[in-house]
Amino acid sequence: MKKVHVTTNVNGDQVEFLADPRETLLDCLRNHLDLTGTKEGCGTGDCGACSVTLDGTLVCSCLVLGVEAEGKKIETIEGMASDGELHPLQRKFIEHAALQCGFCTPGILVAAKSLLDTNPDPSESEIRFWLAGNLCRCTGYDKIVRAVQDAAAEMRGAA
Amino acid sequence: MRYHTPTSFQEASRLAAASGGLLRYLAGGTDVLVQMRAGMVQPDELIDLKHIPGVFDISRTADGGWRIGVAVPGRALGAHEALCRDWPGVVEGMNLVGSTQVQGRATLVGNLCNGSPAADSVPGLVAAGATVTVTGPDSSREMPVEAIPTAPGRTALKKGELISAVTLPPRGPRGGDAYLRFIPRTEMDIAVVGAAVNLTLDGDRIATARVALGAVAPTVLLVEEAAKAIIGSTLDDAALDRLAAASSAAAKPISDKRGTVEFRVDVAGVLARRAAQIAYDRAKGTGK
Repeated sequence: MKKVHVTTNVNGDQVEFLADPRETLLDCLRNHLDLTGTKEGCGTGDCGACSVTLDGTLVCSCLVLGVEAEGKKIETIEGMASDGELHPLQRKFIEHAALQCGFCTPGILVAAKSLLDTNPDPSESEIRFWLAGNLCRCTGYDKIVRAVQDAAAEMRGAA
Repeated sequence: MRYHTPTSFQEASRLAAASGGLLRYLAGGTDVLVQMRAGMVQPDELIDLKHIPGVFDISRTADGGWRIGVAVPGRALGAHEALCRDWPGVVEGMNLVGSTQVQGRATLVGNLCNGSPAADSVPGLVAAGATVTVTGPDSSREMPVEAIPTAPGRTALKKGELISAVTLPPRGPRGGDAYLRFIPRTEMDIAVVGAAVNLTLDGDRIATARVALGAVAPTVLLVEEAAKAIIGSTLDDAALDRLAAASSAAAKPISDKRGTVEFRVDVAGVLARRAAQIAYDRAKGTGK
């Protein structure tokens, strides 16, 4: 299988890798770039554990091919904290104990950040609909929603 | 698998026509990548259409309709205010497909060509009278959306042919459309029954109508008898009863784990009735 040279931008850094065209972006992030914060849950776009943004749009990286990343901008969980400072969502997830095993957490944080980037003051039902594609099998949804609400309030300067 | 990035539909068509192996087109990838992952489909050629100019565009046609590129994801449709004003039923159907993540990638043409009888965006397109441009190696032609699916997972497209755009007709004054589906939960599920109604008014009376049903036959159905049941009426109770009866009569579903024949036949009528009311209110400017 002929490999394809891919140049893309991940969390602000220009990166390159050689991809088998059948490999997903998720595989490329984890196996070629060692960015293992993005998790593989179902591999079929149902669980959201592999959520990243691609040119600013929230996607499942298991439903994107690595070769499609050529020339794009990708944001992953590794880019969320800046200079050792946790993002407010990350802090609030810890404060609210909005995780148990933590496997779904990177995907939910990336998805929640994408929501707050477009809607700084979402209602509870907007949060629940937006995150409907992120499954948590420890059943922590209520704490997740509270953590997102609290982070949103803090980011708006309302808390 | 060879990965191609043609920069025109003619080039994509020629690649497809010359291919001897299994071929798939890639736009949003939300079906193709799942099939590849499951081992159901191992393409020899994968043709990525996203390098073709215009595939992400939503543009007005000269006559006041809309032309939608094959890679426009559901999320972009939902964010387009003028399109949502003209064709809310088409957009709400597409926006029911999958999660936020899937909406970032999934496309109308992908939903159509996947060939599922339960595809949520297809009844709205059929009711709207949407057409698709089919590009072949030598020429292009327009086909009505309802002519594309021929059976579950099958389309009328021939080797070397692919869809290069979706066209919605001009909305015109006093028109409205709506799509409703039944699922046993609130989100992220496959339609047990879907119904779309598109109509225009002359005064309070329905001048034209199109009714489409999903998930009640091997393909999405355009139900002319259901449309006839409400044309000329003010959508009074008698007209709604006739619409529901005609819709239920047209439904030829199977029983499966998501619903029985009896349930789907009944719900086809219920949803057609409710969708017609929403479309009527939208046409009068009193609905959302």
